[in-house]
Amino acid sequence: MPETKKFLYVNRKAPYGTIYALEALEVVLIGAAFEQDVSLAFLDDGVYQITKGQDTKDVGMKNFSPTYKALGDYDVNKIYVEQESLDARGLTLDDLLPLTWEDEDDDWAKKDSIKVISAAEMAKIMEQSDVVFSF
Amino acid sequence: MSQLHTVNKSPLERNALESAITHAVKGNALLMIEDGVYGAMQGTHKSAMVSEAMSDISFYVMGPDLKARGIDETRIIEGIKIVDYSGFVALVAEHDTTQSWL
Amino acid sequence: MALEVGGKTIETDEEGYLENRDEWNMDIANAIAIAENLEMSDCHWEVVNFLREYYEEYQIAPAVRVLTKAIGKKLGKDKGNSKYLYELFPYGPAKQACKIAGLPKPTGCV
Repeated sequence: MPETKKFLYVNRKAPYGTIYALEALEVVLIGAAFEQDVSLAFLDDGVYQITKGQDTKDVGMKNFSPTYKALGDYDVNKIYVEQESLDARGLTLDDLLPLTWEDEDDDWAKKDSIKVISAAEMAKIMEQSDVVFSF
Repeated sequence: MSQLHTVNKSPLERNALESAITHAVKGNALLMIEDGVYGAMQGTHKSAMVSEAMSDISFYVMGPDLKARGIDETRIIEGIKIVDYSGFVALVAEHDTTQSWL
Repeated sequence: MALEVGGKTIETDEEGYLENRDEWNMDIANAIAIAENLEMSDCHWEVVNFLREYYEEYQIAPAVRVLTKAIGKKLGKDKGNSKYLYELFPYGPAKQACKIAGLPKPTGCV
């Protein structure tokens, strides 16, 4: 068994104005096949990616926000959201998609994947990562 | 001369909205589209800037872009009018010139 | 590429995945299966229907590891293993079953 590395995907862009958010999500899903220790960080405009109620049918784009709810199935269950970024945008945890994962070792209990943390805590997580992917 | 300003960048990432507001003159209109629609939300660090500019500038925001981003109409700064694609066309037609703040 | 089903032409990409997901129906699924040398049984349909429901909810076709785990949870441990799924879909449960389900090739299919 090769040594697992700590992967961190940093999401800082709003979802539809650029391709970054969708690309990041695809890379995360593909990367999940390699069974590493994966964390996702949402800060700055990246917090807009996981807001509830997105409905793209009038703009003719694919709404990929439901896909974030599948991350738990891919064993991606450490999702860090920066408090300061939410505050600057008038958002709270209630505005975000309820992202959960099922703990196989705990009779498939549903557990929250999202942790809202401060910028200082986010800095620590970034510092402690072996590999950082920025989007 | 009456000018329409369009802004398609998030005001929390770029200064396009801020610059457009600074350079728009009394009687101009400003339409937020694409990621620019985040500028229409209440309670952000940029909301006050928009509210203060409202005495001189008429603000509009693209409804389909709000909907795509999950922004409910109840969370829009009071006084900003929501338009659809035909409203966008009407605004362009009503103004002498259009300036896009990219 | 294209597929002829019931007198209608159905567009597919070069690998045989449907261009337009909304065109899918059971006849098309059967036609794709025949082209893949598969005869659809209830067990095949169980997996295909599961994939369609998964796509409807999450907007992606799951990777095979995710599919295996989810099938195991939903349809029982005896079906939630790659041996069972590969017996049904010898060219890869995710790839082949997704094609029959009218879905795009799964994300993370490496």
